[in-house]
Amino acid sequence: MIKELLLIFIGAMLVNNFVLSRFLGICPFLGVSKKVDVALGMGMATTFVMTISAIASWAIQFYILEPFGLSRFLQYVSFVLVIASLVQMIEMFIKKTSPNLHKSLGIFLPLITTNCAILGLALLAVNKGYNMIQSAVFGLGAGLGFTLAIVIMAGIREELEIADIPQGLRGAGITLLTAGILSIAFLGFSGLISM
Amino acid sequence: MNQLLGISTMVMGGTGVLFALLLTYTSKKFAVEKDTRIEEIEEVLPGANCGACGYPGCSAYAEAIVQDEASITLCPVGGTNVASQIGGIMGIEVEGANEPLIARIKCDGGKNCTNTFEYRGIQDCHAADALHGGQQSCKYGCLGLGSCVAVCPFGAININENGVAEVDPTKCTGCGVCVKECPKAVIDLVPQNAKVHVLCKNKERGKEVRQKCQVGCIACKICERTCEHDAIKVENNVAKIDYSKCVNCMACVNKCPTKAIKDVSKNEASVCCHS
Repeated sequence: MIKELLLIFIGAMLVNNFVLSRFLGICPFLGVSKKVDVALGMGMATTFVMTISAIASWAIQFYILEPFGLSRFLQYVSFVLVIASLVQMIEMFIKKTSPNLHKSLGIFLPLITTNCAILGLALLAVNKGYNMIQSAVFGLGAGLGFTLAIVIMAGIREELEIADIPQGLRGAGITLLTAGILSIAFLGFSGLISM
Repeated sequence: MNQLLGISTMVMGGTGVLFALLLTYTSKKFAVEKDTRIEEIEEVLPGANCGACGYPGCSAYAEAIVQDEASITLCPVGGTNVASQIGGIMGIEVEGANEPLIARIKCDGGKNCTNTFEYRGIQDCHAADALHGGQQSCKYGCLGLGSCVAVCPFGAININENGVAEVDPTKCTGCGVCVKECPKAVIDLVPQNAKVHVLCKNKERGKEVRQKCQVGCIACKICERTCEHDAIKVENNVAKIDYSKCVNCMACVNKCPTKAIKDVSKNEASVCCHS
């Protein structure tokens, strides 16, 4: 049991990293990776939303969609609806109860809600037939994997700020190259476990 | 089939309504009380969300004024009028009314400038600038691909017949968004009433400028000698006007051999009647 969960966790975090080997969530990965502390905030928010949405989508799938035989075509729209409203509600809750947490996490929450990595995670977890705990661990692993990737990226980009880059490569060019090389580096994890 | 349609509609509709109710309930239950002054200030502000104040938008600026005691004169769009209104709400006196500024493109190159190659890439100044600084031989001038046109929140910039960006002074509010956007840094914020401008940024020496552009500043210093008010100086091979001293006497405009110094008020009279 524990071993299986650990496999799911490592698999989602390193081997099939959402950003660097599934290429999901590229938008925040490139957009919010200029500073390490901001990237960390984004990563934490994503981890949080991913864990929540993995559990929520599991519930929707097994209590609503499957009993009515709707899972073939209503998955996408119902997951988006449920995840978006759930995150919205949690944001309001945090805003009221803990203004400090809201300041560090809150601005990223609406950004990440409808990101493709979130929807991708929900669909993947359901298609793999995970139960609730497995889904939650899968979401947590994927979120931490995203955090890892975006923080590494931000660290590299902070260094690149002071590097002497050829003029034509400045900005988006060098960022995409960096992302590509990082992705190749993560390829090294591919033999780690076999599922 | 019909049954399936019915079930899906009911399930989706039901979930939608359920979450709508939940959201409404949460937003009521967990409503955070906001300072009413924030809303009042938001109404006074122009609402263009141009970001010239340094905050992400008008509402963020309003929040910063109330909570972090940001300066109330940061909105260049609203000017002194808005600042005094905010002052009224916050109970602060406005100090030091600034003269209104507008943006000016300090280049009249365009077709007057020779090309070193033909650029056929993405029609965006940043992209063109990344490729050897653009197709024009002058590396200081306006590329005319309209990155500033795209970012202007007020639609005040267009590319004129000469292929150079041009600011409509009646629409420009001096927010400075284009100044930050321009990869060539060829746009300056200048006093609204100033009529005489040096429309050149080229820092090369006169001989090189002459080869590249017919209307470039060749740093001959005739304007410096002509000016009776000590308002124009040649620095780094390009003439520069001190707007606080310039009286718009047009002496330098008439003497400039390459016509790099221009009386823009004339030009605009003709531009206005075209459109």
